[in-house]
Amino acid sequence: MTPLLSVQGISKHYGPHIGCADVSFDLYPGEVMGIVGESGSGKSTLLNCMAGHLAPDAGQVVFDTRPPSSSEAVGQYTDGPRDTIAMSEPERRMLGRTDWAFVHQHARDGLRMGVSAGGNVGERLMAVGARHYGDIRDKATDWLDRVEIDASRVDDRPTTFSGGMQQRLQIARNLVTGPRLVFMDEPTGGLDVSVQARLLDLLRGLVRDMGLSAIIVTHDLAVVRLLADRLMVMKDGRVVEAGLTDQVLDDPQHAYSQLLVSSVLQV
Amino acid sequence: MTDYNFAYLDEQTKRMIRRAILKGLAIPGYQVPFASREMPMPYGWGTGGVQVSAAVLTPEDTFKVIDQGADDTTNAVSIRTFFQRTAGVATTTSTSDATVIQTRHRIPEEPLTEGQILVYQVPIPEPLRFLEPRESETRKMHSLEEYGLMHVKLYEDIARHGHIATSYAYPVKVEGRYVMDPSPIPKFDNPKLGDMAAIQLFGAGREQRIYALPPYTQVISLDFEDHPFEASKADHPCGMCGATKSYLDEVIIDDAGGRMFVCSDTDFCDARQAAGHKGKDAA
Repeated sequence: MTPLLSVQGISKHYGPHIGCADVSFDLYPGEVMGIVGESGSGKSTLLNCMAGHLAPDAGQVVFDTRPPSSSEAVGQYTDGPRDTIAMSEPERRMLGRTDWAFVHQHARDGLRMGVSAGGNVGERLMAVGARHYGDIRDKATDWLDRVEIDASRVDDRPTTFSGGMQQRLQIARNLVTGPRLVFMDEPTGGLDVSVQARLLDLLRGLVRDMGLSAIIVTHDLAVVRLLADRLMVMKDGRVVEAGLTDQVLDDPQHAYSQLLVSSVLQV
Repeated sequence: MTDYNFAYLDEQTKRMIRRAILKGLAIPGYQVPFASREMPMPYGWGTGGVQVSAAVLTPEDTFKVIDQGADDTTNAVSIRTFFQRTAGVATTTSTSDATVIQTRHRIPEEPLTEGQILVYQVPIPEPLRFLEPRESETRKMHSLEEYGLMHVKLYEDIARHGHIATSYAYPVKVEGRYVMDPSPIPKFDNPKLGDMAAIQLFGAGREQRIYALPPYTQVISLDFEDHPFEASKADHPCGMCGATKSYLDEVIIDDAGGRMFVCSDTDFCDARQAAGHKGKDAA
């Protein structure tokens, strides 16, 4: 089986400081990978390098591309595993609109706050060539429904939404083009626990229904326990432990993983 | 008049502007940066258009200026006088007699011919400006042809108003490549942009951009399949000349709700009246 994403030796330095160093792993279709670690451990740097937002100093991010469908006439990437770092920028940006999705920690970073919810969801569709208003609107309404936002809010701006709704809207906006790989940067950060629980429930359902692969960066072990199949623990830019989620959380081997697991507050 | 160089600007500046114009003509719809000069008039009064006009004028040219279609408004009169004084060129209000026409917000009703140049004054050349505030990002979007966002604006229009409510500065796609802001002309004029015999030059002074449409360029107004583009105008005949196919201004004539509709193109309207056409409000 070809891995959907194969990360090989990604390194990123900020001057003399290590962002992340020599990270490698494979992600298979339908798999959810969690990356945990404390602040400054390099998880977000790694995620941004993989998603093409940052240029890594070394390494490869090989993605198993698929042949372009007719609606994606602009991009002319061939199918099969390709190193996205060596890709041309138009190809990478095309990938970012079609097969990839990126959920930001702050919904404001991922949404257009001056544009209605329907427009936000429709943007990716229009970016890949949808030019039929009725179809775009139907799809947007359908997706609002799937992320549990009332269809009557379709013309409201995200500024009138609560934090949890904004985050769900961001997810809808990202998943509307049917991506195969979702990058998530602390998707539940800044939300209160009951809203977090709903969002996690929703994400778990979507990941399962759509057969998505996902890479979730978080410092919240409960999130990875619920969503991730596999787990990587990062410290000081390096991966110190990796394995099945339950295995790592229940029987941590590395001293730092043990510290991390024992630091979780019990209610 | 010898105190000024011909057409106010010095020769090196005109050369620089001509280079930008030629590049613009070679890449229709592409915004060419140029070193805009301080002109003896405020930004917003057509400094971009004036610089382009200065660069293309020759002593043999006949110059016409229109402001919202009219030859007799402040902006039109002052710019016409400006070139009369600094270039000594002949001026006219007749569309067919002019070789260079500087315009603000309208395209003349009378079809332009080969050999004529239409110069637009442009306030904001970037069609994506109010959707994407970062200049670095809009440039990238142009270079990578990522124009999905432009349709988001039209989508918002339909979602809010039930139809595409953008009525001026309606975005167009040039030769299937660049999305361009046609300057704030009413969308009624959009169909005239394409396949025009005259050269069309666009100058934005404050934003320091020049772009151009060579003759007979394909220009398509953006729309949705189920909400096609429609060139709209007030549904009345002209009160003065009775024309039914020209773009109209609504004029309030008293404080009791009285109003009349007249052609915004004064030259067109005058010519029709001289030919004996009469509207219902004509004295």
